[in-house]
Amino acid sequence: MYVAVKGGEAAINNAHRLLADRRRGDRSLPSLTIEQIVAQLGLAVDRVMAEASLFDPSLAALAVRQSRGDLIEAIFLLRAYRTTLPRFGVSVPLDTARMQVERRVSATYKDLPGGQLLGPTFDYTHRLLDPSLLEDQDVEEPARRPAPEEEIMRVSDILAHEGLIETDGTFPDDHVAGDLTREPMEFPMPRDLRLQALARGDEGFLLALAYSTQRGFGRTHPFVGEIRIGEVELEMDVPEMGFSVSLGRIKVTECQMVNQFKGSAKAPPQFTRGYGLVFGQSERKAMSMSLVDRALRAQEFGEDIVAPAQDEEFVISHSDNVQATGFVEHLKLPHYVDFQAELALVRGMRAEIAARDTDDDMQEAAE
Amino acid sequence: MTELASYNFAYLDEQTKRMIRRAILKAIAIPGYQVPFASREMPMPYGWGTGGVQVTAAIIGPEDVLKVIDQGADDTTNAVSIRAFFQKVADVAVTTHTADATIIQTRHRIPERKLSEGQVLVYQVPIPEPLRFLEPRETETRKMHALEEYGLMHVKLYEDIARHGRISTTYAYPVKVAGRYVMDPSPTPKFDNPKMHMSEALQLFGAGREKRIYAVPPHTDVVSLDFEDHPFEIQRFEQSCALCAAHGVYLDEVVLDDKGGRMFVCSDTDNCEDRREHGHSGEMLAPSKEAAE
Repeated sequence: MYVAVKGGEAAINNAHRLLADRRRGDRSLPSLTIEQIVAQLGLAVDRVMAEASLFDPSLAALAVRQSRGDLIEAIFLLRAYRTTLPRFGVSVPLDTARMQVERRVSATYKDLPGGQLLGPTFDYTHRLLDPSLLEDQDVEEPARRPAPEEEIMRVSDILAHEGLIETDGTFPDDHVAGDLTREPMEFPMPRDLRLQALARGDEGFLLALAYSTQRGFGRTHPFVGEIRIGEVELEMDVPEMGFSVSLGRIKVTECQMVNQFKGSAKAPPQFTRGYGLVFGQSERKAMSMSLVDRALRAQEFGEDIVAPAQDEEFVISHSDNVQATGFVEHLKLPHYVDFQAELALVRGMRAEIAARDTDDDMQEAAE
Repeated sequence: MTELASYNFAYLDEQTKRMIRRAILKAIAIPGYQVPFASREMPMPYGWGTGGVQVTAAIIGPEDVLKVIDQGADDTTNAVSIRAFFQKVADVAVTTHTADATIIQTRHRIPERKLSEGQVLVYQVPIPEPLRFLEPRETETRKMHALEEYGLMHVKLYEDIARHGRISTTYAYPVKVAGRYVMDPSPTPKFDNPKMHMSEALQLFGAGREKRIYAVPPHTDVVSLDFEDHPFEIQRFEQSCALCAAHGVYLDEVVLDDKGGRMFVCSDTDNCEDRREHGHSGEMLAPSKEAAE
């Protein structure tokens, strides 16, 4: 009997209903609350905010819940919402030197002004499953230090005093920060757009690319100048008022990678930098981003482009996981019209070969 | 949070629609040229027709009648889903009848019925660049289009002939538009290519993930690339449709059992239904008709 996929609509509705059921799971257990997800799955929420380019923990938590914990799906949900929001301005650049630091480490100095501050890190935990977490046990309050009176100076500023490292660089006064969610992409890209693409790029993809540079595919001789995590003030210029006003505070992770540079005809030997900045707490992403950023600057420094991580078009075109997952997964949509065309072609070619073989056989028999 | 559910007519905000319309106008002015546009994130996945949906959203008005097909059929799940999307966000009339539609969004097929003046065919495009699989870099392919440097494409087609005795491209078969740009017709079977030539309808192509829009205005030359000694030819089916007995239409092969049993039916479901209503019946329907009598 011919089944003409009639009833596609009923099938979709039933699939959605079953999905809602599976998402909720066992009804005898309490449902997860948004507050619980924000508080207890904070790093998942951070990743969703970072790769969706929207800082809103509650909405990100809603997306995590709605997506059953599939983070790329959650990122997609949040982005599809973000795209409907008007863009009403551009903030003043974040001043991360004024960050309220929760964690700050430098691999290039044993000690430095402001100190090394481990903060909430997995780094020195022993990865042993903790049976005590099977139950809801009391957790002791964290130890706190008094807030430092001075700003914690950035390592890049320390090195800059001696002129040993490239500066932050400047943009002309009339420069408007690019936005690849509002303008079509074009290659080659200015660095601000490239950094935007990396900041919302897939953590796993950037991690793998960063790793490849360490293994010799576009080596950059990196040192972690500094990683800092904490809250920074977000400010915006209001033209009518003539000064900037605070919009609130957001948590970010910043990584400044310091890289060797032997100098060129144009510049004396100097350390160069790769930069990573991500919403929330995500050191892995910020570090990967800074390694890939530096690798992508190969052309700027006259280095040979020999590895995938140095290839701007390759990296930026494939770093977006929402695009990637969409295109990979669209293969499951029906393609039977094209497949039919291929079937006919292969059958035709096989028939031709079979006919030729028969001819040959007959000729041999005749001889 | 309650504001989450309120969206503009046809989902996109008016600024975005204006931006897309500008891209469409430019595309119509330069037939076959891929116009970059600031593709938005849509509430359906990339690869599911986000480009086509954005084009449709930008041109649709409350008076329009929309038809959506996927693989030629109105009732494939993704066509159902996109049609439902526009019913929800634009509250427009929808139809499955090709003749009644003002806008037809399609994936992989062009309707069998000849389109007429005033109709718009919106294609969903996965990879807009016809040269992409010959040269993966956008920076290079844009240059090749600018210089009208299409030798590589002819070499590819020639190599097909040298290797297989024929051009082995069966879908997304490259065409030259208005004598200038080589264009990807989207992954429609080459069977549909001749329908693009001098069509009375406006043909718009949207690629969301790749952020490109291109167009073929009505009454425009669309020529499938070929060689004098290997002229372009379309697929021909020996069978006729098992339901409506149509010849010279594109057929889907439907497997009936695990013993090699199969039948061929129209890919264009609307055309097939229309023919059956007009009394045509194929071999699969004939017995039941007799039984009824």
